[in-house]
Amino acid sequence: MSAPTTAAAGNAASPARGIAGNAPDATNFSDAKGPVAPERRERPLSRANLARTLATGYLPLLLATVVVAAPLAWMVLSSLKSPGEIITTDLTVLPRNPTLDNYAQAATTVPFARFFANSVIVTVVGSTIKCVLAVLTAYALVFVRFPFKRAIFLAILVALMVPPQVSVLPNYIFIAGLNGLNTYWGIILPGLGTAFGTFLLRQHFLTLPASILEAAEIDGAGHFRRLWQVVVPISGPSIATVTLVTIVGEWNDYIWPLIVTDRPEMMTLPVGLTLLANSDSTAQAWGVLMAGAVIVIIPILVIFAALQRFIVAGLTQGSVTG
Amino acid sequence: MASTMSALDSAGRRGRAGGSRARRDAWVFLALALPNLALIAFFTYRPLLVNMYYSTLDWTLGAMDATVVGFGNYVEFFTSPDAPAVLGATGIFTVATVGGSMVLGLLVAVSLNQKVPGRTLARSAVFAPYVLSGVGVGMVWLFIFDPVYGALSWVLRSVGMASPQWINDPKLSLVMVIIVYVWKNLGYCAVVYLAGLQSLPQDVMEAAALDGAGPLRRFFLVSFPLLSPTTFFLLITSLLSSLQAFDIIKIMTPTGNGTGTLIFEAYLQAFGAYNRAGYSAAISVVLFVLLLIMTGLQLRFVERKVHYA
Repeated sequence: MSAPTTAAAGNAASPARGIAGNAPDATNFSDAKGPVAPERRERPLSRANLARTLATGYLPLLLATVVVAAPLAWMVLSSLKSPGEIITTDLTVLPRNPTLDNYAQAATTVPFARFFANSVIVTVVGSTIKCVLAVLTAYALVFVRFPFKRAIFLAILVALMVPPQVSVLPNYIFIAGLNGLNTYWGIILPGLGTAFGTFLLRQHFLTLPASILEAAEIDGAGHFRRLWQVVVPISGPSIATVTLVTIVGEWNDYIWPLIVTDRPEMMTLPVGLTLLANSDSTAQAWGVLMAGAVIVIIPILVIFAALQRFIVAGLTQGSVTG
Repeated sequence: MASTMSALDSAGRRGRAGGSRARRDAWVFLALALPNLALIAFFTYRPLLVNMYYSTLDWTLGAMDATVVGFGNYVEFFTSPDAPAVLGATGIFTVATVGGSMVLGLLVAVSLNQKVPGRTLARSAVFAPYVLSGVGVGMVWLFIFDPVYGALSWVLRSVGMASPQWINDPKLSLVMVIIVYVWKNLGYCAVVYLAGLQSLPQDVMEAAALDGAGPLRRFFLVSFPLLSPTTFFLLITSLLSSLQAFDIIKIMTPTGNGTGTLIFEAYLQAFGAYNRAGYSAAISVVLFVLLLIMTGLQLRFVERKVHYA
């Protein structure tokens, strides 16, 4: 507790330092200003200062990063170990003879390649349709005249807060009635309406300068040309945000695919991992289960690592802007 | 928005008659927005009403006929041992996960808010679990918590302690899913708190420092009160998502051993062993009413936020 607060105080005590960080002149400036700056600041690279920076600055960050990364690293390492290295109380960190046997066994116990293909199909089709619907709806809400737009927007805002879990039973009865169990459309259809994407893009479209659209309209561009040739091209980052957040959501979606599929060849990866965990031959076979977890987790982790700026922005939307 | 609309409107009026223009715009609006709105209405709003109807039935999932029992399912739920168990598990899980991820998130945010190299990387790292599959994450932690072969039991053994029976003991199962849920969600709280910390007015912080306030007093008397809008936002969004937690609980405790929260119990009653659709719907309605209260608070907060800014 005291470590991070002291460190924060270090920053707050000398706001004049700004992004200059430990640059000597900035440090002198803050020292000259007032009695609050500790004397140690006079020598930014002194041993005491360095130790303090390490303890208050790096230690908490390092600790947090390790707490997050260790379980994921453990997953990957364990998936490469032989059963003898896992079913033992004599734990080793690195696999002695890294092997892909666990992946092979996961794939022979359950159709993992098929799960992967199903997840890709559901994610690509579902996300594409959702993003197109979000762009169209947001454009209509911002740029097309219509009565009751405020009420419609409010309904979308409320839908944003209704969890899909509450709707599974009625949707299950409906989809089952249309023979949609164990079909792609049955998995995809109920989740297609997108309140999140509509909300996020509407907020962005409201910030676009009206003059651009007026110019396009005076040039005789109809709504469809204005949408595809003006609004969409200048909204790249926002559309990317919506797309990525939607992809993450579709890939990880669990309760609906779990309920609507019971034939292995139609299951998505998270549901298939559950099947793997429940199958007798892999009970307690942690290496095989970790291999399954790697296949579920790593694709999203890679996308996140490459494009995290957009994803973080999308998921924390509303926290600062309101 | 107002300026955008009026600009377009006046441009339209200059051209053609207002009436036909408005009619055409209405058609354009419907063509663009109706598919999405219809999907939301049918698959998000309709189930809420249908659930209320189902909740009045004594109905086995898959059966052709059902008996109307009025509030029977609700009476059964609230008078059976289910109610204290389910509401208790929901309450403990919600309070512990919301409190845990917010407190730890704030601590991480404070340490991320220093100008040290590598903090961007650390920020991404702590956020990462939030976007990962709850099923995959739950599976990884189930292995770590394994009382015999798990990494945690190894750590405990090396300091001379026996591993608790995380899986078999219902109380510990609940603790276990809470720990994993906090691990997955604290990065979200940290990043939101970090954004809040970085938007604090620097002159106020500077004034407090010049007045001689120490680091702890500055944090508790200046920073934290100024963060209250962020705290409130996080409280509501965390409450909402905690009440919806399903993936981790289902994969780690498949039959709900001490972890039967409202959402999980509704699932188990309909799609677990019992096929009790009506009873499950009643539990869903109880959950929905809870969420409705949260949503009401959230909407009021959005309003307040506007005045604040």
